Amino acid sequence: MTDIPATALEPELAPKPTAEERWRALRTVSRGDVIYRSLLTVLALLLPLLVVLIAVELVSNAMPAVSKFGFGFLTHSTWDPVQGQFGALPLIFGTLYSSLVALVIAVPLALACAIFLTEFAPRWLRTPVGTLIELLAAVPSVIYGLWGIFVLIPLLRDHVWKVARHALGWLPIFGGVFYGPSVLAAGVILSIMILPYIAAVSREVLLAVPPSQREAGLALGATRWETVTTVILPYGRAGIVGAVILGLGRALGETMAVTMVIGNRHEVSASLLQPGYTIAAAIANEFSEAVSDMHLSALFMVGAVLFVITILVNTLARVLVWRVARGSAVGSTAI
Amino acid sequence: MTKRIAAVLSVAAGTVLLAGSVAAQTVRLNGAGATFPQPIYQKWVLEYHNAHPTVEINYQGIGSGGGIRQFTDHTVDFGASDGPMTDAQIQAVNGDVYHLPTVLGSVVPTYNIPGVTAQLRFTGDVLAGIWLGQITKWNDSRLTALNPDANLPDQDIVVAHRSDGSGTTYIFTDYLTKVSPDWAQRVGKGTSVNWPVGLGGQGNPGVANIVKQTPGAIGYVELIYAIQNNIGYGVVRNKAGNYIQASLETTTNAAAGAVASLDPNTDFRISITDADGAQVYPISSFTWLLLPKQMTDAVKARALLEFVWWAVHDGEKFTSALAYAPLPARVVQLEEQRLKSITVNGQPVLPSNYRGR
Amino acid sequence: MHGRLIRRLFGSVMTGATYGAAALAILPLAVILAMLLVKGAGSLDWNFFTRSAVPFGEHGGGFAHAIVGTLIIVGLACAVGVPVGVSIGIYLAEFGGGQLGFAIRFIADVLNGVPSIVIGIFAWTWLVKPMGHFSALAGGVALGMILVPILARTTEEMVRLVPNSLREAALALGYPRWRTSLVVVVRTAAAGIVTGCLVAVARVAGETAPLLFTALGNQFFSTRVQGPMAALPLQVYVYALGPYDEWHRQAWAGALVLIMLVLALSLFARAVVRAKRQHA
Repeated sequence: MTDIPATALEPELAPKPTAEERWRALRTVSRGDVIYRSLLTVLALLLPLLVVLIAVELVSNAMPAVSKFGFGFLTHSTWDPVQGQFGALPLIFGTLYSSLVALVIAVPLALACAIFLTEFAPRWLRTPVGTLIELLAAVPSVIYGLWGIFVLIPLLRDHVWKVARHALGWLPIFGGVFYGPSVLAAGVILSIMILPYIAAVSREVLLAVPPSQREAGLALGATRWETVTTVILPYGRAGIVGAVILGLGRALGETMAVTMVIGNRHEVSASLLQPGYTIAAAIANEFSEAVSDMHLSALFMVGAVLFVITILVNTLARVLVWRVARGSAVGSTAI
Repeated sequence: MTKRIAAVLSVAAGTVLLAGSVAAQTVRLNGAGATFPQPIYQKWVLEYHNAHPTVEINYQGIGSGGGIRQFTDHTVDFGASDGPMTDAQIQAVNGDVYHLPTVLGSVVPTYNIPGVTAQLRFTGDVLAGIWLGQITKWNDSRLTALNPDANLPDQDIVVAHRSDGSGTTYIFTDYLTKVSPDWAQRVGKGTSVNWPVGLGGQGNPGVANIVKQTPGAIGYVELIYAIQNNIGYGVVRNKAGNYIQASLETTTNAAAGAVASLDPNTDFRISITDADGAQVYPISSFTWLLLPKQMTDAVKARALLEFVWWAVHDGEKFTSALAYAPLPARVVQLEEQRLKSITVNGQPVLPSNYRGR
Repeated sequence: MHGRLIRRLFGSVMTGATYGAAALAILPLAVILAMLLVKGAGSLDWNFFTRSAVPFGEHGGGFAHAIVGTLIIVGLACAVGVPVGVSIGIYLAEFGGGQLGFAIRFIADVLNGVPSIVIGIFAWTWLVKPMGHFSALAGGVALGMILVPILARTTEEMVRLVPNSLREAALALGYPRWRTSLVVVVRTAAAGIVTGCLVAVARVAGETAPLLFTALGNQFFSTRVQGPMAALPLQVYVYALGPYDEWHRQAWAGALVLIMLVLALSLFARAVVRAKRQHA
């Protein structure tokens, strides 16, 4: 603290500053400030630079596949490295289908958890339960996959399906032989993985609803549950939709757990019980072994597709959430 | 206090890293590729390291396709594949590659049928039918005709295949292409094919795992994987009409014909599936190491070539314990010539009178 | 009047349903932790921590190479990602009020959503292909790239928590802006920033996908960063997919070690952050 100017402590000692000098003092920025701010700004600019670099790298490596197949790449189903035919439809379909299953399972549960944590849980329970739900996000993907292979799949195949087969086996969505590795297994694991994100963000959204709204609802005679459904949820509607879309974004990009349980099959099938494939899983399996340049280029192309989709989805999610919960670090704090 | 702890930790970390990087004169080689021979390669790498501790060879089993890729990209010192490089792939490296056979192995159809312990009989046609998705139940007439005493159940067949670029796939599809015109037309052969049906597994271990974990499953793996994991495997009918079990003898016999008529200038890319002979196992194959003809690092080249020399001579004694067949003498002879002709900066790495370490 | 009774009854039922949902959400966590303990704890023997991989099917192998590998690779990731990420976080908190700050914040959030496998193939094109070989360094940088946007946002949050009065006091006493920021504000937020780092590190320690094409894996014990290196999640992945019971046993043990590491870091960090938030 040796550089506090003496004049600051004993103002009578300093010669009276002119108006000019006073004005200049207010406007002075020390050189240290300039360097500091510039350095930090340069570092901050690395982020957009990184995004641009990733985009450029993906697209330029994908160009050979794009020029050979055009947009038919996205609509054809044949993935034949031997013949050099690459149609990504099964990958895109599988990515969307497994994420859809995950959302169908996770969204009602996550919303219910968020409502529980903000409205109905006794105060002493809120922190522990909230922490436990958030811990679901801390479990590494490969551990979910490990559990999926050795616990979930045998459970689904040998116990759940044995029973449910008679009731549900006739539906096309449950058609075919159930080997175990399937879109269903992937969807279930994904739902567990995205639930904490949807729940955490929904919770923040619900907390951002002004108490006056809640009180107004109760004052008008609504029960607590009715207040939730008729006042609070509609108020936070945009943010909750954002939370769901955030969960979707997570599900789309999940790799390890999915590739361990989905069966890794380039095929479009309506049945949940059939094996499938996602873009991320295909890249994980085939990237280091792609023998031909065209194969590698095709993988870059689906990687670029995934990159673009997740950016769009996440952007949409953030816009929606920021409408309700201004500037919150949506799903970014690693939970 | 925290500062002191931090300082101690960083010094410790630094020492560890430094030690790791500067270990006296250790030569490190990286190879990648086929999982077909991986058990024997791992054994060799360990035994060789024990005998010559300054040489450390890291072999990653990522599939033959990966091995060819890494070799072409020069991201490894040597590749390994049981699907030989195609002419186009060889041209991509300007012909700068030797295929050096290491062992003979066999691909077996392995299955997991609850209640069935008998060893099942298969023909090429039937195998093609299963992998084409035409034979879907274990008690299909074509299977029960071959195995009347096996009590095959009315259960769906769960087909497993490789999801990665695989030499084992190449060997298996090479065989199916020869014995089934239907297969040849609809699928063909390669390290990665457009499978009509089935679940994909990573590497030989992945397929073995699928078969082990899924009741009613059938897959194709290198023999040792079926043995090590106690999963049943079948006998296959060969060209002469006999049902043969994969073994040292039957695999060696498969190579006998090809070896007898071996051209001294061969590039070793020989297929021995569906070979002639009474006691021949029809789905056998060589597996190759991919080495460049012209290497750049003299120290590494010497270490690598000495290892390969050791492998095809002394290393062969480890093969039978792992159910691989050793190389025929003639093949080893020709290989010695190839090894001696590998150069660095125009100079051969091994002296012309080299006899091994 | 019984209309109101029905409404209240319905409300009670739904309240119960939310209790059920919370319980159902936590159930997988409990089951997974229990399984890891049951299946993995028994295999955490001396061999596991001191030996590396042995050939297929043989016994007596361990995860020493993978555990040390993860420590090294994550250490590299921190060396790369922590300075950059924390600096960007400080930028966002101190100077991020305007349009550029908004844009950077937005991009950080978006980058957090990019799948780690995409980061992996990007790292492959930039670090593995030009270098000509796989390396722990490439793996560390890939994980570092994942760390940066996470740390940027957590650091921003923590620095924002520092009350403005502290800043104003320092400025009033004659400190230039940069010194205020660095010495006063950041030092105050330091504990929070460090715990934010711990949580982020816990997250990247469990990442497998980016390492598939960068660090590759290694059956030998290695501390050479210029070469391939084993890592804990990678080893668990490979062993889980294999057929050998010996591998499965070790995979469960490895997963147990991984989850203990992750949970310890996460819970500790969370406890400190909560304490800070309550005092702020």
